[in-house]
Amino acid sequence: MSQIEEKEVKRENPVTERLLNGIVKENPTFVLMLGMCPTLAVTTSAINGLGMGLTTMVVLALSNVFISLLRNIIPDKVRIPAFIVIIASFVTMVELLLQGFIPFLYDALGIYIPLIVVNCIILGRAEAYAYKNPVIASLFDGIGMGLGFSVALTCIGAVRELLGAGEIFGIHVMPDSFVPVSIFIMAPGAFFVLALLTAIQNKVKIIGERKGKDMSKIQSGCNSDCMNCADTGCARRLIDDKTEKAGEEEKNNA
Amino acid sequence: MLKELLVILIASSLVNNVVLSQFLGLCPFLGVSKKTETATGMGVAVIFVITLASAVAGAIYQFILQPFHIEYLQTIVFILVIAALVQFVEMFLKKFIPGLYQSLGVYLPLITTNCAVLGVALTNVQKNYGILTGIVNGFATAVGFTISIIILAGIREKLKYNDIPESFQGMPIVLVTAGLMAIAFCGFSGLL
Repeated sequence: MSQIEEKEVKRENPVTERLLNGIVKENPTFVLMLGMCPTLAVTTSAINGLGMGLTTMVVLALSNVFISLLRNIIPDKVRIPAFIVIIASFVTMVELLLQGFIPFLYDALGIYIPLIVVNCIILGRAEAYAYKNPVIASLFDGIGMGLGFSVALTCIGAVRELLGAGEIFGIHVMPDSFVPVSIFIMAPGAFFVLALLTAIQNKVKIIGERKGKDMSKIQSGCNSDCMNCADTGCARRLIDDKTEKAGEEEKNNA
Repeated sequence: MLKELLVILIASSLVNNVVLSQFLGLCPFLGVSKKTETATGMGVAVIFVITLASAVAGAIYQFILQPFHIEYLQTIVFILVIAALVQFVEMFLKKFIPGLYQSLGVYLPLITTNCAVLGVALTNVQKNYGILTGIVNGFATAVGFTISIIILAGIREKLKYNDIPESFQGMPIVLVTAGLMAIAFCGFSGLL
């Protein structure tokens, strides 16, 4: 919903506007809360978070460009499968490149590299932005969103690494008297860090709403209800009648 | 052989729980866990789809991708096969078993995007499981998902009677609950 509305905000320089939008205004992790599976799974250290973020950014930028180039050719009805094929192809390419050139990252991220295919952010941007906008803007939309995701993952990874191992990027920073709380680099720690993050997000939202600002963009992913997810963005990839109808409506509106 | 399958069954359902230690399928885990009935429905649908999908994906890998040496296409092939399979299952149930469709139908389209399904198919390949072992692994993973989503739904039903700080209402408290459950499931790691 929120992503579709932003079509009108294009009068400024599209490049910087898109980059800022991805990193700050619509940060996929801190604001939109999308793509939670990789966010929780790979942020055991700052370097893993950064690696995952940059890998996702490359896929996001490339798939955005490609989908934007093909936006007049892909028929509306089969756009979701077409997006998935394009995204999966780029993910496969990036996976093979990582395996060949950055093997330690390939081993650390493991199964979460091919799972970039089902990352809500990528399909969400394809559907909400790249399918409707020109190539350059789509490219920078992808880079901006990817950078926002990378920044967020690196921050979460750094916090977990700091508390769980007393290090940041593998460099020892805590005093020797600090006893690492190793639960933070284990699975439960991921949930607790995300819980704190959503609590902060809630707080910001509550304060903003009291001041009468429009905070509808801030949402906790599929918080609402999975059944209504198809209307709010993160499950727009579903190939069912609902999405088809939504697509037709958009077409009629345009 | 039987012992090996039993080990996989326990490992995938409890020790390496798909949601609580691998973070796959988080969206439905957090989204469809408000009531125990819907959570159960979702869980059953996930068991059904993942078992079927790991059978089909395993067969395709062994009989098509491997003989032609195109294993690198696995991600693309698996995601398309899973999406098509879910659609097909939905149509099949609608036409032939309407009773089952009424109880599972709403959950089926949600599962296409469930990364647990693709995750299981890829894990099966990564660990060199055969078709039968893959099916058992898929079934066990889905059972693990069902167990955790039903437990979470049970806790969430009680949560609304509690006095929760304003900023922790909604998603944060659910995530704290999930974290505590993850600690509990860590205890299973001594099992094998």
